[in-house]
Amino acid sequence: MALAPQSDAIIRVRDITVQFGNTRILDGLNLDVKRGEILGFVGPSGAGKSVLTRTIIGLVPKVAGRIEVFGVDLDAADANQRRAVERRWGILFQQGALFSSLTVRQNIQFPVREYLDVSQQLLDEIMVAKLVMVGLRPEVADRYPSELSGGMVKRVALARALALDPELVFLDEPTSGLDPIGAGDFDDLVRTLQRTLGLTVFMVTHDLDSLYTACDRIAVLGNGKIVAAGSIADMKASQQPWLKQYFNGKRARAVVV
Amino acid sequence: MPLGPAGNPRGGGAGDGSVNGDPTLERIARGNGLALCAAGPWIARHAAILEEIVTDAEKLGGSRPNIFIDVSQVSRLDTFGAWLIERLRRSLTTRGGVEAQIAGLSANYSSLVNEVRRVKAVPPADSEPVTISGMLDGVGRSVAGIGATFVDLIDMLGAVLAAAGNVFIHPRSFRLTSTIHHLEQVCWRAVPIIVLITFLIGCIISQQGIFHFRQFGADIFVVDMLGVLVLREIGVLLVAIMVAGRSGSAYTAELGSMKMREEIDALRTMGFDPIEVLILPRMLALVLALPILAFLGAMAALYGGGLVAWLYGGVDPEAFLLRLRDAISINHFVVGLIKAPVMAAVIGIVACVEGLAVQGSAESLGQHTTSSVVKGIFFVIVMDGVFAIFFAAIGI
Repeated sequence: MALAPQSDAIIRVRDITVQFGNTRILDGLNLDVKRGEILGFVGPSGAGKSVLTRTIIGLVPKVAGRIEVFGVDLDAADANQRRAVERRWGILFQQGALFSSLTVRQNIQFPVREYLDVSQQLLDEIMVAKLVMVGLRPEVADRYPSELSGGMVKRVALARALALDPELVFLDEPTSGLDPIGAGDFDDLVRTLQRTLGLTVFMVTHDLDSLYTACDRIAVLGNGKIVAAGSIADMKASQQPWLKQYFNGKRARAVVV
Repeated sequence: MPLGPAGNPRGGGAGDGSVNGDPTLERIARGNGLALCAAGPWIARHAAILEEIVTDAEKLGGSRPNIFIDVSQVSRLDTFGAWLIERLRRSLTTRGGVEAQIAGLSANYSSLVNEVRRVKAVPPADSEPVTISGMLDGVGRSVAGIGATFVDLIDMLGAVLAAAGNVFIHPRSFRLTSTIHHLEQVCWRAVPIIVLITFLIGCIISQQGIFHFRQFGADIFVVDMLGVLVLREIGVLLVAIMVAGRSGSAYTAELGSMKMREEIDALRTMGFDPIEVLILPRMLALVLALPILAFLGAMAALYGGGLVAWLYGGVDPEAFLLRLRDAISINHFVVGLIKAPVMAAVIGIVACVEGLAVQGSAESLGQHTTSSVVKGIFFVIVMDGVFAIFFAAIGI
C-alpha cells in the first residue's frame, strides 16, 4: 500500500508521449500540479489539452512516460490502488457526462452510494448540500439531465464530481457555453470551493476571465509540450508569439479594461 | 467509541497519508452542561461511522440544559463531516429548545460549515406508491397508446408519401447518394447472413419433411412442401423478420441519436424536411432491398432443401427440379415477392416513428429501439396474415 509522500506536487507528469496513428499529440510533456492550487491549462484549439487530461485520468493510452497522482505511479498501481486514487479525484467532463437515465439526485448520489455505506437520509442530505454548494436549488433534484439548461448541467456535473469530497478536481472547459455572468459565478464557485474544501483544481479553459480571476498558475500547451508555466503576469510578459497574441489580443484587452 | 475501522466496501483505505485513526465524538460533562468533543478525521471515507456516532449523539438532545459541540480537535473536515456536525447541532437545538453552539471552529473550516448551514429542507424522492388505481391507470394508458401508435404510423406513412410526391415533382431534390448508401447497408451487407440463415432453414424443412413423409413412402412430396412454403410464406417472412431486427433497429438508433443531439432540429431550421432528407432515402432503400433479399433467401432455401433432399433423402437434383416445376407455379413466387415491399414499408415506418419518438436519455433510445424491433416483427406477421386472407379470397 503506497502512502502518498507529502510532496508539493499532487500530479507529476513526466515525458508523456501520446500518439494517434502517426499523429503525435503530446511529445515528451512534463507538468507538475501543486497541492492546493488552481492550475489553468490553455493552448490553441486542437493542441491536445483534453488529450492530456484524459491521459492523466487514464482514458487515453500513452506511448511513453510516467504519471504520478497523489504519489502513486498509475502504471505500476494495482486495481485497488488505482481505485483508491480514483476515489480521491473528481472529473467534470466538457459536456457534463451526466447519466441521462438518472435524475440529478441519482447522478450525485451514484458515486457516494457505490463507495460509502451510508443511509438514504444522509445520501439525500449530502446531495442537497452539494446542490447548494454549486448554486442550485434543491427543487432540481428530481429532474432528468435532458430537462436542465446548459449551465445547470455543468453545475450538476460539478456537484457529482465533488460528491465524494475529492482532493483533486479536473475541469474540462467548465465555463464554455455559459453566459459571462454564469461563467463568472462558476469561477467564483470554483474559488470558494477550493478555499473551503482545500481542493486542487486542474482546469482546462479558453476563458480569459477564468484565467484572471480563478487561476493561481497557468500552463500553456504548444507543439505537444508545455511551452510556458507561471502566473498571469509571467504570461503577459512572455515573448512567445502565441501567448502574446492570446493575452494581448483584442479580447484580452476587453477583459483587462 | 468501540467501533471497528471504516467498513468501506471498496478500495479499503489505500494511499491516504493524513488519516490518523477513526473519528470520535467524546462526551465530557462541564458543570451542568455537556461538551461533545469531535476529534479525528471527519471526512467522507468515514461517513458510515460518523453517521452512527451522530445519530447516537442526537438522542442526547434535551438531556442537559446546555450542550455544545467542540470541534477544535478535528484533524480534517469535509462536506460530509461538516454536514453531520450541522445536523447534530440542529437536532440538539430542536430537542433541547436552546440554540446549540459549535465551538473551536478554525477559520479555514468555518466557511465550509457556513456553506452547509445553507442547506434547508431536503425534498423527499418522488416515488409514487403502487396502488390498484395506479395499475389500472397504467393499463388504460397502454391501451390508449395502441390507438396512438396506429395514428402515428399512418401519420408517418402520409408524411413519407407526401415527401415522395414532392420528390416526384422536383426530381432534383431526390437524395440518390444517401439512398445508395442505405441500400448498401441494408441490402448488400445483409446478403451473407440472410443467405446463410435461409439456406439452413431450407435444409431443416427438407430434412424434417423427408423424415416424416418417408413413413408414407411420400418422400418426393417434400419438394412440393419446400417449394410452396419457401416461395410463398417462410422465405419472405423470415427475411422480413431478420431485416426488422437488423435494419429496423439500426434506423431507430440512428434517427434516435440524431434526435437526442438536436441534429434533426438543426436540419429543420436550415429549411430541410427531415422526412425527405433522412427518412425517404431509408424507406426507399428498405423497400428495394427486401424483395431482393427475399428472392436471394428463397433461392438459398431451395438450394439448401435440394441439397438435403439429395444427400439425406436420395432425391437426385434432376428429379428435384422436375418435381419442383410441377409443384409450384409462378403464382407462388409472385405472391411471395408482392408481400416483400409492403413488409419493408411497414418495418421502415415503424422504425422511423420510433426513432423520432426518442427523448433525451440513453434509456429512452434503448426502449424505442427495442419497441421498434418488437413492433416491426409484430406488424410483419400481421401483414402476412392479412395477405394470406386476401390471396385466399381472390383464389391465388
